[in-house]
Amino acid sequence: MAATDVDIFMNEEKRNLSLGGHVGFDSLPDQLVSKSVTQGFCFNILCVGETGIGKSTLMNTLFNTMFENEEASHYQNGVYLRPRTYDLLESNVHLKLTIVDTVGFGDQINKDESYRPIVDYIDTQFENYLQEELKIKRSLFNYHDTRIHICLYFIAPTGHSLKSLDLVTMKKLDSKVNIIPIIAKADTISKSELHKFKIKIMSELVSNGVQIYQFPTDDETVSEINASMNAHLPFAVVGSVEEVKVGNKTVRARQYPWGVVQVENESHCDFVKLREMLIRVNMEDLREQTHARHYELYRRCKLEEMGFKDTDPDSQPFSLQETYEAKRKEFLGDLQRKEEEMRQMFVNKVKETEAELKEKERELHDKFEQLKRMHQDEKRKVEEKRRDLEEEMNAFNRKKVAAETLSLSQPLKKEKDKKKLVKTENQSGVSASSSKVMMAKANVEPLNCQSWWEAIQCCTCLVHNATWKKPGGLF
Amino acid sequence: SQASHRFHNSLLEKQYVGFATLPNQVHRKSVKKGFDFTLMVAGESGMGKSTLVNSLFLTDLYKDRKLLNAEERINQTVEIIKHTVDIEEKGVKLKLTIVDTPGFGDAVNNNECWKPITDYIDQQFEQYFRDESGLNRKNIQDNRVHCCLYFIPPFGHGLRPVDVEFMKALHEKVNIIPLIAKADCLTPNEIKKLKDRIREEIDKFGIKVYQFPECDSDEDEEFKQLDKELKECTPFAVIGSNTVVEARGQRVRGRLYPWGIVEVENQSHCDFVKLRNMLIRSHMHDLKDVTCDVHYENYRAQCIQEMTSKLAQDNRMESPIPILPLSTPDVDTEKLIKMKDEEVCKDVI
Repeated sequence: MAATDVDIFMNEEKRNLSLGGHVGFDSLPDQLVSKSVTQGFCFNILCVGETGIGKSTLMNTLFNTMFENEEASHYQNGVYLRPRTYDLLESNVHLKLTIVDTVGFGDQINKDESYRPIVDYIDTQFENYLQEELKIKRSLFNYHDTRIHICLYFIAPTGHSLKSLDLVTMKKLDSKVNIIPIIAKADTISKSELHKFKIKIMSELVSNGVQIYQFPTDDETVSEINASMNAHLPFAVVGSVEEVKVGNKTVRARQYPWGVVQVENESHCDFVKLREMLIRVNMEDLREQTHARHYELYRRCKLEEMGFKDTDPDSQPFSLQETYEAKRKEFLGDLQRKEEEMRQMFVNKVKETEAELKEKERELHDKFEQLKRMHQDEKRKVEEKRRDLEEEMNAFNRKKVAAETLSLSQPLKKEKDKKKLVKTENQSGVSASSSKVMMAKANVEPLNCQSWWEAIQCCTCLVHNATWKKPGGLF
Repeated sequence: SQASHRFHNSLLEKQYVGFATLPNQVHRKSVKKGFDFTLMVAGESGMGKSTLVNSLFLTDLYKDRKLLNAEERINQTVEIIKHTVDIEEKGVKLKLTIVDTPGFGDAVNNNECWKPITDYIDQQFEQYFRDESGLNRKNIQDNRVHCCLYFIPPFGHGLRPVDVEFMKALHEKVNIIPLIAKADCLTPNEIKKLKDRIREEIDKFGIKVYQFPECDSDEDEEFKQLDKELKECTPFAVIGSNTVVEARGQRVRGRLYPWGIVEVENQSHCDFVKLRNMLIRSHMHDLKDVTCDVHYENYRAQCIQEMTSKLAQDNRMESPIPILPLSTPDVDTEKLIKMKDEEVCKDVI
């Protein structure tokens, strides 16, 4: 498909030659046609309009068939796009038709973001095509082109002007897709109101700089009809799949108590005009415009974003290859730099942690030493105390022994000093050895009795280990 | 015999007290006093609200109206505009106020676009409340909104979120009558389907629209039948027109199309006549009564409760009416009350 019509022969001399007979290359268009017929055609329509405005019915009416469609609900949270592809055949021409519906459009209370899913969808189709185009191994002739060729914008028949949502949305779409605005359910507007309404809509579009699709007037065969159609925009349409008998014919129409609105009656509505323009005359031009204008614009913006330019500072055409290499180098350089940074950061962190750990280790060691010392000190102290105690005990034992030997030589003398009456003949005679035993047994408590004889008989003294109580001390 | 007849008549004369003339007196006084009615219309721009109002009251309320274009409406806020006219018919004077709400639902972001409307209604209640509680009550102006006609677009499959939210915000403040606007874009089957769907959704979302009062059981059958038909016909599918066309030899209000003429007052074309009869000829006063007895009383009770609870917290607050503090009975008093109640019940039984 020719992207632009640059006259490549401009710099060369052209000469007109006359032919001597019939050569036959006048069959070229036919060859082209037969090729494209074999290939089949592809057409994608986007319908934008509020729920219930008649998008599905109009599609059914346009293509004279019943595409499956359930009624949409008004309570969607947001807008989403629903594409459906159909294969149609009409006298050996194949058409792969994709109809994209906007579900939930116009239903939300806050419609600030309503346009976005639509714009995103259109861009995605362009992106997919661009990706295919940029591939090394590509098969464009086989590619199912999903780019939107025409956007039918359904305007509600209020009779006043566009809605604010309409204006905002069309402004976002006009640089991305061919827009044909249509007035939906036009059987509610009378002729005079319709005339005013159309003028108002077009003036609003113009004053806000919205670019809608103009039917091409450069080809003489269709320029006249196209020009007159341009003046009828926006088309006021009525859709219906029901048939009503009018006169002796059965036509598609809507039956009211006050009359019958015939879809294909040009004095009733502009349906026929829409069908002519959209399908019978300008379908191919729509596809061309999409590819040559809207897609190219998208492609250019996208590539510029990525850093590609048409000419370098020296005004030499850039080769894609070089640009690609440059970009790649830059990217790899970036990558390396980032890697270095990360590695450095990692190393630093490791060092830090190591230092910390060492510090902690040292602390622990110090503590351990300290504890050890404390422990030793304590042990020493305890040892000292033990020795002291041992000494005390030895001293005590020595004194005890001394006191014993002393008391052995002294007990009779003591008795003589004390009352003689104590000593009686009944005394069994406390032998020195028994008294020694007694003395040995006796230790802390002093004897209560004055004499040994008494002491032997005194239970208390016998029970308790006792010694003589001497004035001024134990011994 | 003649004598007994005469005697009977004179008895009747003696027995005739005369208060049977009260309705006539009421009629006479009311004609002298005149009536007032405030009607609010709400809905997106382009639904035919102004045209319908003109058709209802057979007048032209909206001369020299300036409509905004799409660009100006992107961020538009809702305004409240009042048109007041005095109209007279057979000696009966009516002060009619139409409250318009331009901008509703027209912006791109319509969050809480009904707030100016609810505020307006509350303000009218508040003003009436103050006037009613004032010392000099001779010339109270009743600006309360008696009825709100809500226009639902016929292009969709039923109620949209903005319709539901609007009606829920207003159904306890004003009598809402939902209408299907521009009904000449729907065939009779489509109208029936849409009405059923809307009635279903109104139930589902718990929206309290204005209910026609039940007719008395002693009314005649024909009246009851008409009443039943009226109720089954809601929401009314209406068409309005500012122009007069020639149809079937008569000049009528209507819309001229290439395929036929839609007559506004033809009952097989739309429900305009039903709406007019109901709104103006039979239920206008009931709408006023419900506004006074239900919506206004609810507002008033709520207002007082809020005020007293605030007073309890802040003694310095001024109140426009002399308020006796509402004390809640304490536990002992409650017990006493209960006891006495039981005693009384025992006595009764």
